[in-house]
Amino acid sequence: MMDVLYFAWVRERIGLPRERVESQATTVAELIEELRGREERYEVAFSDLSALRVAVDQELTDFDAPLNGAREVAFFPPMTGG
Amino acid sequence: MRVLVQEAPFDLAEETARFAKGEGGSGAIVTFTGVVRDNDAGTLSAMEIEHYPGMTEKALREIAQQAVARFDLQDALVIHRHGRLVPGEQIMMVATAARHRRSAFEAAEFLMDYLKSRAPFWKREITAEGEAWVAAKDDDEAALERW
Repeated sequence: MMDVLYFAWVRERIGLPRERVESQATTVAELIEELRGREERYEVAFSDLSALRVAVDQELTDFDAPLNGAREVAFFPPMTGG
Repeated sequence: MRVLVQEAPFDLAEETARFAKGEGGSGAIVTFTGVVRDNDAGTLSAMEIEHYPGMTEKALREIAQQAVARFDLQDALVIHRHGRLVPGEQIMMVATAARHRRSAFEAAEFLMDYLKSRAPFWKREITAEGEAWVAAKDDDEAALERW
């Protein structure tokens, strides 16, 4: 089990800020495939990966990053701080 | 080094004075303040800033630590607000203290470039016409390449 978090328009498209997910995925990309297969709102949110960023256990990483034992995975658009 | 993520306003004069008192070895202190700017049409009623509690603090601390190491700073300060802000309000500030001014200026720019696209904040503009997420600029990503 892991916590999957969504921010900004990703949160709006999926309709929730976080959820507990039971997953067999070993990489971020596999997790995204599982989520996309769930419902259309996930398919829509993950349709263009170039518009998304991911953090595993609060560290920015790539979509091919391994998940081994990750507790928290977050998806969000490119950041706009400052 | 101090990193603060908060909803409340901060007192720029007080923070700058406190920072400037810190270290005797610094010959140069640079501060930068980010302010909510109205849009060109003058219709911005508010800016909402969402962030990722936990990761935000961690990311800002890592960026500040990098700046301290790379520019041999005596000290660094980052304050970034979240929540709903109106035009004219201060969003964030950075301050750097170094032995010489070039390092202090460069470190402040480094901090700004990194926290713009590597700290988990997202801005949403509320205008008379509606609401929209602010898109990241290619320029912001390109700005990291010079470091």
